[in-house]
Amino acid sequence: MTGANSFSVSGYGPRRAGWTRLLARDSMARRLDWPMLLSALALSGIGCALVFSATRNRTEINQGDPYYFLLRDLMNTGIGVALMIGTIWLGHRALRNAVPILYGVSLFGVLLVLTPLGATINGSRNWIVLGGGFSLQPSEFVKISMILGMAMLLAARVDAGDRTYPDHRTVLQALGLAAVPILIVLLMPDLGTVLVLLTIILGVLLASGASNRWVFGLIAVGVVGCLAVWQLHILDQYQINRFAAFANPSLDPAGVGYNTNQARIAIGSGGLTGAGLFHGSQTTGQFVPEQQTDFVFTVAGEELGFVGAGLIILLLGVVLWRACRIARETTELYGTIVAAGIVAWFAFQSFENIGMTLGIMPVTGLPLPFVSYGGSSMFVVWVAVGLLQSIRVQRPMSA
Amino acid sequence: MTNIPETGRTPRVQTRLIVIQILVLSLLGTLGGRLWYLQIRNGAEYQKEASGNHVQQVVQPAVRGSILDARGVPLADNETRLVVSASRTDLLKQKDDGKAVLTKLAGVLGLDPEEVRQKVRLCDAKTPQPCWNGSPYQPIPITDEATPRQALQIRERAEDFPGITAEPEAVRRYAAPGKSNAAQVLGYLSPVTDDEIQQAKNTDSPFLRSDMVGRSGLERQYDKELRGKAGVTRYEVDNLGRVIGKAKSDAAEPGSNLVTSIDARVQRVAEYELDKAMKAARQQFDKITGENYKADSGAVVVMEAKTGRIVAMASAPTYDPNVWVGGISAKDYKALTGKDSDYPLLNRAIQGQSAPGSTFKVVSTAAAVEAGYDFNGNYPCTSSYSVGGQVFKNFEGENFGPISLGRALEVSCDTVFYGLADNEWKKDGGINPKKGQPKDYFFRAAHQFGLGKETGVDLPGEVTGRVPDRRWKQSYWEANKDAWCKTGKKNGSYVEKIAYENCLEGNKMREGDAINYSIGQGDTLVTPIQEAVIYGAISNGGTMYTPTIGKAIVSADGKHVTEIKPKPHGRLPVTQATRNMMDEALAGVATRGTAAWKFAGWPQDKIPLHAKTGTAEVYGKQTTSWLATYTKDYSVIMTIAQAGTGSGASGEAVRNIYSSLYGVQADGSIDNKKALLPTPLKSLPKIQADGSISAPKITGDPAKDQEKVAQQVNQQGDTSQGGNQTPAATTPTPTTGNRNTRRRRRGTRGRRTTA
Repeated sequence: MTGANSFSVSGYGPRRAGWTRLLARDSMARRLDWPMLLSALALSGIGCALVFSATRNRTEINQGDPYYFLLRDLMNTGIGVALMIGTIWLGHRALRNAVPILYGVSLFGVLLVLTPLGATINGSRNWIVLGGGFSLQPSEFVKISMILGMAMLLAARVDAGDRTYPDHRTVLQALGLAAVPILIVLLMPDLGTVLVLLTIILGVLLASGASNRWVFGLIAVGVVGCLAVWQLHILDQYQINRFAAFANPSLDPAGVGYNTNQARIAIGSGGLTGAGLFHGSQTTGQFVPEQQTDFVFTVAGEELGFVGAGLIILLLGVVLWRACRIARETTELYGTIVAAGIVAWFAFQSFENIGMTLGIMPVTGLPLPFVSYGGSSMFVVWVAVGLLQSIRVQRPMSA
Repeated sequence: MTNIPETGRTPRVQTRLIVIQILVLSLLGTLGGRLWYLQIRNGAEYQKEASGNHVQQVVQPAVRGSILDARGVPLADNETRLVVSASRTDLLKQKDDGKAVLTKLAGVLGLDPEEVRQKVRLCDAKTPQPCWNGSPYQPIPITDEATPRQALQIRERAEDFPGITAEPEAVRRYAAPGKSNAAQVLGYLSPVTDDEIQQAKNTDSPFLRSDMVGRSGLERQYDKELRGKAGVTRYEVDNLGRVIGKAKSDAAEPGSNLVTSIDARVQRVAEYELDKAMKAARQQFDKITGENYKADSGAVVVMEAKTGRIVAMASAPTYDPNVWVGGISAKDYKALTGKDSDYPLLNRAIQGQSAPGSTFKVVSTAAAVEAGYDFNGNYPCTSSYSVGGQVFKNFEGENFGPISLGRALEVSCDTVFYGLADNEWKKDGGINPKKGQPKDYFFRAAHQFGLGKETGVDLPGEVTGRVPDRRWKQSYWEANKDAWCKTGKKNGSYVEKIAYENCLEGNKMREGDAINYSIGQGDTLVTPIQEAVIYGAISNGGTMYTPTIGKAIVSADGKHVTEIKPKPHGRLPVTQATRNMMDEALAGVATRGTAAWKFAGWPQDKIPLHAKTGTAEVYGKQTTSWLATYTKDYSVIMTIAQAGTGSGASGEAVRNIYSSLYGVQADGSIDNKKALLPTPLKSLPKIQADGSISAPKITGDPAKDQEKVAQQVNQQGDTSQGGNQTPAATTPTPTTGNRNTRRRRRGTRGRRTTA
């Protein structure tokens, strides 16, 4: 059982100097998950190019500066990477102690959105405008704090060695902890984020080892909930329209189905190798709305073709595959749950985002991790990468 | 791969993590598969959709080709007007959406700024006129009547007028050279309809919304050739319609010119003479109806006998085709097509049909010869012909004794043809024909002469006329018997009696029908163009040519010439010998027969003229006059509805047409210098590479020149008449000829009569 010792060597060992320390077998640099890190960086790099392509002509939003969005995207990525480094530096375990604060702050954030301070964009009260062109999307931060909070509760007694699996009471507590922000987000209403949070709960519960009854029960509740929402007309008309357009995109090509239709035309016209970066007519002609954020994948589809768009899916696959491995290889349940929660989050969000541009999922306002333009999303995604790296860095050495 | 001891993981969690991993990777696999499906499998389809999305076409209309007369004189061409247009795309790029520029433009053009702004807004359900209902990428015309000064102001200060252009543009013009009109022959243009755009969408010559399409006449017949091909520039645009690049551009190809066989001068003479003849007829008193002749419509065809080419074709009443240019007003349109109009859009030369009267006797003569009667035999020209209590009278009860068929043509003896037709009818078995096919020589001949079907002239809307043979009678009876049987009364009014008879045996060829038919009365209908073909064929030895107006299609630069060759479509059912005898007899009509009183002093030895007069009964109306004539070069047919006899109404007019063609002077001499067209023109006008056409100028009015000659002829005619009635004692005097061709009560249509 080398696992038991491994905690003591993870980056906090005796101090060594310079390169030796960096390149030592047990050094932080050697223990990082480089395939994931490089894939994530590549995705963000591609993302910057796509965002630039999508926005350089949109004079009505880029304030006349073609580089406006590119510079901001690069800056966001930079901040994101810095946040990742900070997260690795602190370590996921250290963060465990700060979870109540993080949870409280993010809850405060989403509550603040509902006050007059919040701003409504695209039918959803989702934003806090900070001024100077900056704005925050607190629901993004909820994703992370919820994962950490639930992981903390569910893993506490297992990691302490008291139990093999979390008991019902703990699971209930964890669900309660998740329910509060979900309800608030539902009020915004931000259906996409709610779906992500529900998927996260499913991933977290699965990884926590909670009884099958909880897992299937939750799925059943989810299904019933969806039906109830549908039947009781809790959804806004625009949300219903999105689903209607998903089921039949030719329904109203000038209205509801417009996004879906134009997105599909953009991607479909890309062919094998695409029109070339900056040469897509759909993109240059700005036929796809929200192309730098939710529909960024259409730029890749049109301008980079099957090769480029496929590469994005492949890189996401690498990130997710490595994250799954990290979840499996760590010895402590806390790390496993956090990694699994992140996997569920990334996987669902990527699938939903790309799926909607390809016309196999309904349209919801979710960014594509690493690629879409958007500060809040970029920050939390990179923090998540930091958490995964931290879990990996602190895993048992023999792996 | 899972290593429980190493990670300390419980199997349940480990298994679930693997499930998650598989699930996640399969989700991504799904995305990859869907991506392949969209991009690789259906990529081409989406590429097409994408290009449709962002490509907009701007169209430069092609200049429509001209319609030229045989010598190159333009009958329809284009005139240049200065058109000031605004480009919406450019205006919208400006900060105030071009408001300032439009206001400034209104100032220069002297228009109301508000009106100018309204002209460039796009039409939709809520926007009233004025508004633009064409493509928003097409320059929108503000005015087509800019003065050169205004245009210059705009063009010199182009930077002050961004998005505004002042360009010369071509607008159709019907030039009326030498005062000729030819409205129905030329036709007219009107804007393309939505249906036509839809229909032509995927053909090789799709319509543009701004296109004008030929609606009748030559404009319609040769629309495709004249229209040319519009130039299309494809711009790539963004979702707001802003131009982001030029994709492809095809220059406009101007339409080809149509060279016709029309001679503008002869056309003018024909039109003038027709009009004059109609006016003259209205001064004549019709004894039968007790009022002056109405002469409400008429037509002339002048055709080259040896080719079928139309030299002139006039229809009255007529109108000015320029009313269509730039959009016809509702008032003008009503005047042309309304119920109270005299339907001037009809080309009566090809769309007017009536019974041929005695001009039909050439058909009956041919039929008789075909049936075995000797052309030079003796046939009784009695004063009347009685059948079963009905009396069919001859022309004014005249009695010429036994005469040949040729003489019967000359004097237009009806009873000769009554007898022959009646004979044949009896031979065929009478009202209930024998088993087997009745020979029906007289009806078969009519079909062989091309009656009852279109001549195929290159004009749209030609009517067929009608041969009232057994088949037609049967189908006509089937269509009408119910009404006839309902209204028919044995002892009722005239109409009721006819209906009663028709109900009983209207499907049968009755004796009276056959007799009446033989002299061109009854239900037979022919068009002037059909007569022109028949008499042209008699002239040229028996070949019926398909009449043509188009002579050649010449590309705008004159390099490609597609000639439209004369095309024979049949031969008259007469032998050469019979034709020669008929030819001689018809010359006799002009020298000593029914038309002689109008052709006194004609140089018959130099220009042998042949004629046949006709006067057709029309139920409830005055008689239709026919005059069918030919020389070795031309056949000239004139018909006027409700105008009395053929020679009386049209003799002078037709003579004047021939005089101007050949340059015949008042004293009978021939002045080749004054002849408009002594022989048909064979050559084509030259069209230069730059599109200019070398055509002679027509000075003055050709009809007026002829008028002077005609007046001298009339004076001479008066003096000669005072002396002796030269040609022959057999020549009917003008008075009898004019008045007495019709000698039955009104309403004897279809049963007995003649001329």
